[in-house]
Amino acid sequence: MLPALGVLFDGAAYGMLLFLMSVGLSVTLGMMNFVNLAHCSFAMLGGYVTVTLMNALGWPFLATLPAAFVAGAAASIVLERIFFRRFYNSNELNQCLLTIGIVFMSIATAAYIYGTDQQPMQLPSYLQGSFTVAGIDLAVYRLFLIVVAALITAVLMLTLESTRFGAQVRAAVNNQRMARGLGIDVDRLFAVTFALGGGLAGLGGGLALPMLGLDPSFALTYLIYVLIVVSVGGLGSIAGSFVAAMLLGVADMAGKYYVPALGSVLIYLVMLVMIMWRPTGLFGRR
Amino acid sequence: MQKLLCGLTCVALALIGAGSASAQNSVKIGMINEYSGQFADTGAQIDHGVTLWMKQHGDTVAGKKIELIRKDTGGMFPDTAKRLAQEAIVRDHADILGAFSLTPNALAAADVSKQAKKFMVVMNAATSIITEKSPYIARTSSTTPQLNYTLGQWAAKNGIKTVYTMVSDYGPGIDAETWFQKGFKDNGGKVLGSVRFPIANPDFSSFVQAAKDKNPDAIYIWIPGGAQPAAVGKALAERGIDTKKVKILGQDALASETALKSMGESSLGIITVSDYDYNHQSPMNKEFVKTYNAEFHRNPDFFSIGGYDGAHLIYAALAKTGGKADGDSLIAAAKGMSWESPRGPIMIDPETRDIVQTVYIRRVEKVGNELLNVEIAAVPNVKDPAHGAKK
Amino acid sequence: MTSETLAAAASAAPAGPNEFLRAQARWRWSEIAFWLATLLPFVLTPDYLILASQVAITALFALSLDLILGFSGIVSLGHAAYFGVGAYTAGLISVWGWGEPLTGLLAAGLAAGIVGYITSFVIARFRHLALIMITLGFCLLLQEAANDANWLTGGFNGLQGIQTWKLLGIFDFDLYGYTAYAYALAGLFVIFLVARRIIHSPFGLALRGIRENSARMPAIGAPILSHIRTIYTIAAIIAGIAGAMLTQTTETASLESLGFQRSADVLVMLIVGGTGRLYGGLIGAAVYMVARDQFSGLNPQFWYFWIGLLLIAIVMFLPNGILGGLELLARRLKVWP
Repeated sequence: MLPALGVLFDGAAYGMLLFLMSVGLSVTLGMMNFVNLAHCSFAMLGGYVTVTLMNALGWPFLATLPAAFVAGAAASIVLERIFFRRFYNSNELNQCLLTIGIVFMSIATAAYIYGTDQQPMQLPSYLQGSFTVAGIDLAVYRLFLIVVAALITAVLMLTLESTRFGAQVRAAVNNQRMARGLGIDVDRLFAVTFALGGGLAGLGGGLALPMLGLDPSFALTYLIYVLIVVSVGGLGSIAGSFVAAMLLGVADMAGKYYVPALGSVLIYLVMLVMIMWRPTGLFGRR
Repeated sequence: MQKLLCGLTCVALALIGAGSASAQNSVKIGMINEYSGQFADTGAQIDHGVTLWMKQHGDTVAGKKIELIRKDTGGMFPDTAKRLAQEAIVRDHADILGAFSLTPNALAAADVSKQAKKFMVVMNAATSIITEKSPYIARTSSTTPQLNYTLGQWAAKNGIKTVYTMVSDYGPGIDAETWFQKGFKDNGGKVLGSVRFPIANPDFSSFVQAAKDKNPDAIYIWIPGGAQPAAVGKALAERGIDTKKVKILGQDALASETALKSMGESSLGIITVSDYDYNHQSPMNKEFVKTYNAEFHRNPDFFSIGGYDGAHLIYAALAKTGGKADGDSLIAAAKGMSWESPRGPIMIDPETRDIVQTVYIRRVEKVGNELLNVEIAAVPNVKDPAHGAKK
Repeated sequence: MTSETLAAAASAAPAGPNEFLRAQARWRWSEIAFWLATLLPFVLTPDYLILASQVAITALFALSLDLILGFSGIVSLGHAAYFGVGAYTAGLISVWGWGEPLTGLLAAGLAAGIVGYITSFVIARFRHLALIMITLGFCLLLQEAANDANWLTGGFNGLQGIQTWKLLGIFDFDLYGYTAYAYALAGLFVIFLVARRIIHSPFGLALRGIRENSARMPAIGAPILSHIRTIYTIAAIIAGIAGAMLTQTTETASLESLGFQRSADVLVMLIVGGTGRLYGGLIGAAVYMVARDQFSGLNPQFWYFWIGLLLIAIVMFLPNGILGGLELLARRLKVWP
């Protein structure tokens, strides 16, 4: 039983990371139907901001995280204003092409500024190491990840369920035309949601540094996992993204521990099974 | 529509025109390398090694001007690598092919080297069979069996009786596992278990846990460079592996400079095998590291030395042939060539055209304020065991 | 409308569906010019023939994607699966001793077609994001499987020992690429004719109907699922043939022929060229690959940046791809191609 709990814990931490990086994409895809393949570029930006602030300016790790969020949000707003809003009514393939172009440019820019090597970073000592509880080794950083992500999830869910803004978001995701008809400024709502999603991705990128590393190809490598989380969870659903991310994180860890020969294949198998069973995702609508 | 095609062709022609130079008095080296994508950093280091040599020794050898033609494969794309090698020879009139960081790319280009009879210098790719694919290939880096067999041998002879191996599940990793285990078992060691993890694996904790559960004297880990070493370090720290009790064994990339920076103190005690580290204590190397830093603002690594010595080989071979740049003359000149490199003495084996060099066993220790690879053993004149020349 | 204009409209319109199809299938002078232009590289840029052969092969691959994406509305992010199956089939046949190119192509097409047929049963039932992820997932799984089966595929190192025999017993695949380009171009042309015939047929019309409004098609008697399975299988066969051609002309077969990057690249090329127009894939492949080659030659480290910029420019100024833009231009200038 003990190793299983350890695997569960590790999987939950990995899943939380995936959730943070994916939730923004799920909501914006669900609300505006805008395929933003550059979503992981925001995560990458957050990662680079964290690394720069820590290594070049000596900021403590925790202080860089809000900065990563702000960077992701700011980049989202800028891109949304300049490029994305022209393509809301365009067909999906064009949106793909536009955002892939942005991904390429972001990768090249990151390579130009930071080089193509892995970015080294040192966690503060109070986040390193692990402690043992009832025979299971719990890594401090993973616990930190779980706590932070759980807090953010709680805040998101509260916002969604109990605030006016949340109600407007839910309405716009459910039926955009109707929401507009009721006088909700969907475009502004989308800009704010987009910024929020980008900010969360940036935060996810910063938090992912110690676990997933950072180099310019990050924007493409993790795009596949984010797409998997979003499609399995269902578009426009925070709860869906959460459950899907946890499912995939745990499945991935469990697979690697118990059946290493399956390796990364398990995540794809799980995805295929889930999507064939529920094509619109676990909590999706369309 | 045809205007578009015509326009593009015209642009292409203009670019060719702009780029070509007279073929008589120059020798061109087609660098089939990764300048973009995932492997761009190793590609950059190889390139730096070559350009540093050229800067130090001028760009003329035996009356011929040496020119580099850089071609980007973008990553592991053998069909692109082959095309670029063909184009370098056909379009740019390259006489020599160089760089080759990745095995599939090297294997594909080997066909071109054989067909066009061009000298080819492999500066990083580490699979043994590469040198067999064309009689015009020489290698100045290292081979996976050369390094890992030596490590296995050393481990068994130095108090490690049982080991658990973990490698990345692809060609080089499987190669490393095979030869490490062979070296280890040939000298009396026992392998308790092994696992292969997926290539782009971001998280090692479950694997390290499984290894720890088996309670071996040492854990052997083979992973490619990039994000993985740091992730492994973290997993080791998280699982509470004490490197004094359970030795961690690996190959160069596990303890590269970036890896050590990311792992921090959790890397202390990790034992790796390599042909080169910037901390190698020889006067020639100290000078090399100083010049490299002055030029590129970073330390050289084993990729850089492959490039540096590759350029050395090309220059030395050309000097010996008096400027004749055809494949037969150059490879004949290269065979048996030996010299003192910043890494130590090296030689190009006349039979296999592969590299023969000193292999170092190092341990991560704190020297002053830095984490460095300190040499604890050196095995000289190691040939590639896969070609039958076992020590 | 008055009775005169009605009569005029009636006489101007085609008499019936066959007339319509025949009018659509007429060869336009721009098409003839295009195919003549493909012969230019032999004369104008003989140093670029190898690149040209790979452009032709990728164009064929893009054409196969157009059949399912542009004409039938099936968005696939995993089409490289069939390309890879074809590539490895041709490679394995050669390694096992039979290196004749043309029969290799047939075998590869058959193998890819079988895989395509089997998967089409699943593919046909899904749409939208689910379809995209299923095609992607399947391709990723196949790549993993190929890596694991390295006793068969050579794994990471790629398949070694591929030797292509002389084409038609006479033409050797030379270093300069003359034979390679002639082979690839001929293959592209022949299969293009077949694809053109399929598209300009009642079946092709039905496909376009499925793309536009799949809910309505059964109402007029079109069996959607079987149509989708058919076109998907055909597209898989063509992709397999393209893969085989790459293996035969480069004598390499490796895991990246099954990779996500290959699937994504061909999708980008098709969108750049313009979907649903038969020539979109061909033009997109040519533009993208030549641009990539040139940018990469000029700036090996940061060509990604310029390619990204090119993609953004195309999507902003040419929303229906290059061909869409040309059509708009033609309409404005009142020049009928």
